[in-house]
Amino acid sequence: MPLNYSEEQSLLRDSARDFFTTTLPVSNLRELRDEKNETGYSTDAWRQMIDLGWGGITIPEEFGGLEFGYKGLGVIMEQAGRTLAASPLLATCALGVTAIVEGGSSEHKKDLLPLVVGGEISLTLAVDEQSVHAPFNIDCKALKEGSNYVLSGQKIFVLDGHVADELIVVARTSGDTTSREGITLFLVNAQSKGISYHPSVMVDSRNACRINFDKVSVAETQVLGTVNQGAELLDFILDVGRICLSAEMLGSLQEAFDRTVEYLKMREQFDVQIGTFQGLQHRAARMFCEVELAKSVVITALTALDDGADRTSIAEQASLAKAKVSEVFKLVSNETIQMHGGIGMTDEEEVGLFLKRARVAEQTFGGIGFHMNRWGELNNL
Amino acid sequence: MPEKGLSEIETFRIEVREWLQKNCPESLRKRWPDPFAEFSVLRKLRTGDSALWLEAMITKGWTAPTWPVEYGGGGLTRHQNAVLQSEMARVNAPEPLLGMGLSMIGPTLLDLGTEAQKQAHLPDIITGDTRWCQGYSEPNAGSDLANIQTKAEDKGDHFIINGSKTWTSGGHLATWMFCLVRTGKYEKKQQGISFLLFEMDQPGITLKRIKLISGDSPFCETFFDDVKALKENLIGKLDDGWAVGKRLLQHERSSIGNSPTQPSGENLKVPQLVTMAKQYHGEVNGRIDNPELRTNIIRHLMNRKAFKLTTKRAFDEAKAGASSGDTTSMFKFYGSENAQIQHELMLEAMGTNALAWEGEDFSDTELETLRSWLSGKATTIYGGSSEIQLNIIAKRVLNLPE
Repeated sequence: MPLNYSEEQSLLRDSARDFFTTTLPVSNLRELRDEKNETGYSTDAWRQMIDLGWGGITIPEEFGGLEFGYKGLGVIMEQAGRTLAASPLLATCALGVTAIVEGGSSEHKKDLLPLVVGGEISLTLAVDEQSVHAPFNIDCKALKEGSNYVLSGQKIFVLDGHVADELIVVARTSGDTTSREGITLFLVNAQSKGISYHPSVMVDSRNACRINFDKVSVAETQVLGTVNQGAELLDFILDVGRICLSAEMLGSLQEAFDRTVEYLKMREQFDVQIGTFQGLQHRAARMFCEVELAKSVVITALTALDDGADRTSIAEQASLAKAKVSEVFKLVSNETIQMHGGIGMTDEEEVGLFLKRARVAEQTFGGIGFHMNRWGELNNL
Repeated sequence: MPEKGLSEIETFRIEVREWLQKNCPESLRKRWPDPFAEFSVLRKLRTGDSALWLEAMITKGWTAPTWPVEYGGGGLTRHQNAVLQSEMARVNAPEPLLGMGLSMIGPTLLDLGTEAQKQAHLPDIITGDTRWCQGYSEPNAGSDLANIQTKAEDKGDHFIINGSKTWTSGGHLATWMFCLVRTGKYEKKQQGISFLLFEMDQPGITLKRIKLISGDSPFCETFFDDVKALKENLIGKLDDGWAVGKRLLQHERSSIGNSPTQPSGENLKVPQLVTMAKQYHGEVNGRIDNPELRTNIIRHLMNRKAFKLTTKRAFDEAKAGASSGDTTSMFKFYGSENAQIQHELMLEAMGTNALAWEGEDFSDTELETLRSWLSGKATTIYGGSSEIQLNIIAKRVLNLPE
């Protein structure tokens, strides 16, 4: 498939852009932060997104979704990134929906997907147990007792963890802590007895939560995919998340870059616009090239998902996108602060929020080193 | 015979495949370390399979696949050309004809030449009956290209040229030159410049080869002493040649970088880099057994992949009519910088053996790596240096103030 957006996808992008700039501008994130909002996103705005059909953007039509594909979700997330909009798009629409569509039974799909489309429930994935992403280092145990499993352990940095209605929990059913074998995914109701929530306040003012599971009983019908063979399913869910997150980051880094170029044209020192200085022009031009590369890896990865490419090539595209976009976002966010000078250091100016988001997004589902190494292994390097 | 029910383009693909099978000589289907040296040779100097291949491609017009049929081109659509290129790549068929005729002056004449000029020059470019060189740089006009001093005096039906040019690549092999000369007065130095074509085989032209750090001499200094150019070979308006010259530079940049208009074949050096890294440093579980080198290679190959995807994206966007504007500078800048990183990694991977100048103790790969590392230093200097490309991006793409 060609690496450009169709007319329909472009129209969706334009209306998403209008939506986020008017309904969820960057100031919304600041308000959530300052009022210490417990939900972590605007429920009114999420309701409007649901009314636009975005909750079911990738969900098959038979379950009430729009079946508009990952490029569709990608263009929405890119525009959400432009205003740093907090919403359940990543945790529910990318991670949760993929887990159910790919790993759920027909009952799971029939019961849950229409509720997602209607905005009645939100979802998330609980995978990480340590500060540095290592998705197969799983110590959280699920022990079989009769027709149930009993789950015990701790998850950290669970996106939307304390507001999601259903948790997809990655647990160990056999094998040792670092083995790909013996991993199983469970669909766990958030209200289940024995779960406690400890929200984490992160630098990007977005949602994350530590969750403790103390002998939580889960029916065996709640297994997603195959017992002990969850690694491949987990890889795919994470790859969809990584690709969609890369799309969001692409929007954020473009916005930071655009704002910086505008600032270079506006700010005067030594009686001239600072954008006349070659020292700054060349750095801006280099960034332009990097931004163009970031656009290409994102659309390639979204296209691979829509084309139903094999899992290995999706893994390769996901790691390429996540590593490259993280690197470009790091560069652009640093240069944004430097080129804005003192004003960029103030809390009042919005560019600092882009720097903070850049680092959290970079570490989410694997940082630059993680994905470079993974891409290298996939390419026999 | 192609089956019924196939789309037009698939039928075309099958025809191309069968034709190549029949017409591309086996001996040419290999990887060429320096295809330019082999396939830029004039038609009348070709021998053996190289001549057969050129003649076969000329009959199809496929030395210039997308140029109009009336001048001898192939008249292919972009889509058909993409099929032709991929089928050629599939069997390792080399481009039958390379050079500045096809990559620079030809496209410029198609854009800006008169009908008479197109008829006069394009057919010979397409058949390789002329070989072209570029008269742009002068001793005091490198990055500051508009600072040229070579003068052309109006003598009625012709011009008389005096002065000198430098960095004339392939000047000693060329039959024609396209040249920027000063013809008029000017306030800004971009004014009063004209764009002329003339034959190299005439009295008054002296060439001196320049020896480079790589030991090679692909460039000449060219001196003009009352050299003649006919008026009919003035391209564009008198004193307004800067516009023509700039258009040609866009075509030049596209051919240096990895242009979206010519999606090029896989760079042969990529598998070589990985093979060399494993050969000289060992491998453990399929990994290059040197963490730092491995990381550097992975980063380079990821950037290379992202860059290739960007050329594809620009190509697809242009095809869909949503061109993202003047991006040739980006392709020239990034493509040439990336190629240099590749050379540096090759040296790093191979150690002191890749630093040998000559001798039987060293493999061809080792000796070639050193030479192409050295000659590759030119790619970020010629065709507008990296710094010039960044200036262009800053001013024309980002609209930063002067």
